[in-house]
Amino acid sequence: MGAVVGTLTMGERTKGERRRPSRDKIDDDFELSIVCHRPEGLDKLEAQTNFSKQELQVLYRGFKNECPSGVVNEDTFKQIYAQFFPHGDASTYAHYLFNAFDSAHSGSIKFEGFIMALSTLLRGSVREKLTWTFNLYDINRDGYINKEEMTDIVSAIYDMMGKYTYPALKTDTPKQHVDAFFQKMDKNRDGVVTLDEFILSCQEDENILRSLQLFKNVI
Amino acid sequence: MAAGVAAWLPFARAAAIGWMPVANCPMPIAPRDHRKRHDELIILNVSGRRFQTWRTTLDRYPDTLLGSSEKQFFYDEETKEYFFDRDPDSFRSILNFYRTGKLHYPRYECISAYDEELTFFGIIPEIIGDCCYEEYKDRKRENAERLQDDQDDNKDCKLPNMTYRETMWRAFENPHTSTMALVFYYVTGFFIAISVLTNVIETVPCGATPSQKDMPCGERYTIAFFCMDTACVLIFTVEYLMRLFAAPSRYQFMRSVMSIIDVVAIFPYYIGLVMTDNEDVSGAFVTLRVFRVFRIFKFSRHSQGLRILGYTLKSCASELGFLLFSLTMAIIIFATVMFYAEKGSSSTKFTSIPASFWYTIVTMTTLGYGDMVPKTIAGKIFGSICSLSGVLVIALPVPVIVSNFSRIYHQNQRADKRRAQKVQKARLARIRIAQTGSSCTGFLQSKRNDLLNELLELTGSEEEEQQLNKGMSLLESQHHHLLHCLEKTTAHEFVDEQLYEQNCLETTIQSYTSHSPSFSSQDGPIGTCCTRRGKMNSPLPNSSLPLQPSHQQGSLQELSALHIQCGDKLPHTTSRSSLNMKTDDVGLINCKGSQITTAIISIPTAPSDTTDGGGLHGPPHINTTASSNVIKVSAL
Repeated sequence: MGAVVGTLTMGERTKGERRRPSRDKIDDDFELSIVCHRPEGLDKLEAQTNFSKQELQVLYRGFKNECPSGVVNEDTFKQIYAQFFPHGDASTYAHYLFNAFDSAHSGSIKFEGFIMALSTLLRGSVREKLTWTFNLYDINRDGYINKEEMTDIVSAIYDMMGKYTYPALKTDTPKQHVDAFFQKMDKNRDGVVTLDEFILSCQEDENILRSLQLFKNVI
Repeated sequence: MAAGVAAWLPFARAAAIGWMPVANCPMPIAPRDHRKRHDELIILNVSGRRFQTWRTTLDRYPDTLLGSSEKQFFYDEETKEYFFDRDPDSFRSILNFYRTGKLHYPRYECISAYDEELTFFGIIPEIIGDCCYEEYKDRKRENAERLQDDQDDNKDCKLPNMTYRETMWRAFENPHTSTMALVFYYVTGFFIAISVLTNVIETVPCGATPSQKDMPCGERYTIAFFCMDTACVLIFTVEYLMRLFAAPSRYQFMRSVMSIIDVVAIFPYYIGLVMTDNEDVSGAFVTLRVFRVFRIFKFSRHSQGLRILGYTLKSCASELGFLLFSLTMAIIIFATVMFYAEKGSSSTKFTSIPASFWYTIVTMTTLGYGDMVPKTIAGKIFGSICSLSGVLVIALPVPVIVSNFSRIYHQNQRADKRRAQKVQKARLARIRIAQTGSSCTGFLQSKRNDLLNELLELTGSEEEEQQLNKGMSLLESQHHHLLHCLEKTTAHEFVDEQLYEQNCLETTIQSYTSHSPSFSSQDGPIGTCCTRRGKMNSPLPNSSLPLQPSHQQGSLQELSALHIQCGDKLPHTTSRSSLNMKTDDVGLINCKGSQITTAIISIPTAPSDTTDGGGLHGPPHINTTASSNVIKVSAL
């Protein structure tokens, strides 16, 4: 692996400063080690994903611009995602998204993870996309989507709408939405949706299939 | 949306796939990228120095020169680069703005040159990042003040149509404006000096004649001094009355310090005039003459320095007060100590503690008159401690006043900064509006444009559509598409605040008078999302409000709806399922010569002359027939 970890500690500590029991927050931030991460080579990434070299270049440049250290942590992720939805509160949904991207649960997304997920989402097959989406909904990764998880996800999506909507959002709107979802997806009515049920139901719905192809040309 | 995260828009759109299974409606079509081309390097030649950057970097800010098509005017065909005949040093910060999204103000740069560069490249200075904004504002203010001072110097030109009163006031305030004013200025100054001098000389003992004892000149030459005094007071009175007459705000003038000094200066004379030469009041009369010394303060009109000193002392008052208080504490302490120390000794001058005050003050200020000295050993010890501590006390006031002076000076600057902070809040609000304008209101605005767009798509040609979309960059349209997908997923729409309030009002009305099925609350997401909502607040360009009599029902519930009148008839009735497609696509195919009107319809409408009436009950249902050719797109 071509990852190089460079540790930089900033902030000199003199004897006088050691006397201070409480340090400023800025000093704390400086004393954190800053880990720099470099991704694997371009060729390797091109082989692993469905992107071309140019596309990888464009993606990496954007990625590095926002995160010069090479990794995205959850706060930065939430900040970036919130910028696209100024009306409402995108932090909850961004949290779930972050967990979906951070498959290794390391607390930070590196460029490789980012690219793999994007490759699945934009260039993957329908089955791969649906699997990714299932993993997004399955918050506790137990292989089943139950009503609580789905309600959390749907509430997070509704949070992004903000307060000023038409028609006005009611408290049970997410719940109704979840009920409709389970009506459609839960074939055997056992209260949970498994991966196969999910994929089957989605493949039956033309709308979903069509919308999955919507973002083919995003890059 | 900050263009700095424009690079993440593809990621946000890809992540939108997570909404798809949850959504019950079809998603809108993604905007087409007409100008799909590979990212290329652009060369910007600024006065010989070549800068290179990606095209997409510049495209982040489409409302600036470099981000828009305006830069085509500077394109050089032979060298294939964009040439700007501007300062390359300033251009650095401008280009960095595109790269990082933050505009910095370099300190070495002259403020007006920098402003010119920003204006040339179409960047508003409010975007300057917080790290540099204060510096920028300070420099700008200094520059403005300098310009103001220059202007003030030139303000002496007499404005036309100034009333006599205004001319007089101007002459009083700025003596340099005319020769008359200057003469008046010097005359009053002269008389103030004369008056003060006579007050002083009055008390000097004049040459003693052998017959009389030494008497002050005032008593010797009473008449002369009286005449002099009268003349001065007359001049001062006339001056005061003239100022009072000329003052733009008489009440404010009377409250000002200078006029109070004037009054105090001339009043004793008049009191002395009316008072008879009574023995009883002559004592009081003498006291009043003390006030004549206040005439010297009239000099402050003539001297700027005096005014500044007065102002400094006035603003240092609290510090001086505290100093006085601590001094008083020390005096009391030492006086007590000295009194009790000297109590034992005989024939001591320290008869009481207040008597010791005098000794303490004289010793602490290192005067040491020697009229009171301690005799006991304890007294001498404490006396020396007192004088040593007095040195410290002397050292205190001077830096206090100096630091106060500099503090006052900085306070002035801080007051300006505080004013600037109010401007800062306004600035932040402006930036927020400008930035979120593209996302929040811009999105709402673009939805209104979409309706027009769709219509033009049928009728007009591609150019008209592009004309409408000209203002929106590809980035913005993609962002709007993303927000549109979210709307479809949740089956709710973004509206602005006032519309939301309106809707709340309507729903409460609905809950009162609904004897007909209320649609908005009962329709699940499936029903509501499948109608095209066209709730318009602002009238469209060619809209009229035809209140068709058939729609005047006496119901309180009102909807605004979009009437799209088609010239030709529609070939078939659209059913609900195909409505899903049609309303998103152009469901008004073959509709030429259309015209959008807004109308107010009320529910429930009995089947009116348009057959759409039935469409309002149950799942919305749009029927068109040849007769009416009015497609009602209801807001439910």
